[in-house]
Amino acid sequence: MADQDKEMTEEVTGETTGETTEDMTEEMTKEMTGTDKITIIVHSGDLDKIYSALIIANGALAMGMEASLFFTFWGLMRLKKGGLDKGPLSKMNMLGLGRWMVLRRMRVAKVASLEKLLSDFKELEGKIIACEMTMEVMGIRKEDLRTDLIDEYGAVGTYVQEARGSAINLFI
Amino acid sequence: MAVVRLAEIKVDCRGQNCPVPLVETRKALKRAAPGDVVEVTGDHPASRKEIPMAVKALGLKLLEVEGEEGGEWRIRIRR
Repeated sequence: MADQDKEMTEEVTGETTGETTEDMTEEMTKEMTGTDKITIIVHSGDLDKIYSALIIANGALAMGMEASLFFTFWGLMRLKKGGLDKGPLSKMNMLGLGRWMVLRRMRVAKVASLEKLLSDFKELEGKIIACEMTMEVMGIRKEDLRTDLIDEYGAVGTYVQEARGSAINLFI
Repeated sequence: MAVVRLAEIKVDCRGQNCPVPLVETRKALKRAAPGDVVEVTGDHPASRKEIPMAVKALGLKLLEVEGEEGGEWRIRIRR
């Protein structure tokens, strides 16, 4: 056991020594930081929380990390055709009045639309996984979803495989 | 010998809010060829310090950060 640990440490240090930051190209940086990834479970379908998930994921991609979004339960509803910005506010929704006010203030503050954030996410090669169990439970068929955005359909095992190699894991 | 032409790509993020300047910078860098210069202009305060952080994380070269804090800034990056 101890030997194994030692071996692993040696492997890791062997991988990270060698190049100096100045010599590194973008590709090399990516290769060396293989676990430099963020995985987010998008469980909520609330408008503000979808914003949080996409802003964080896009920020991570922009900073050179990989990013995976696992859409499940109410979150998956937002991947239905025409559903992306249809969620309520998580607090002070007030039958849609609060939601309307927040959206208006966001427009004034020039906050990007969810549609732009999602399209940027895909352009920067972010990965989207749709939860199959949610599809079954909620009676969502593939043709109800925006399949052009979805890279993979999976269950908990798929999520765990993504998460185990991720430096950052969030549940939103 | 082939003539290598290095492009200068300009990105205007003035008036844009979080996370757009950061994301637009990354998109421009992704489209750029190695050696190209990406110049980003904006006025979102946090991006002035976060874009250089991203440049460092990507292992690229920060050429210049110009402009007062709290005002309009211009950042030049070599891909």
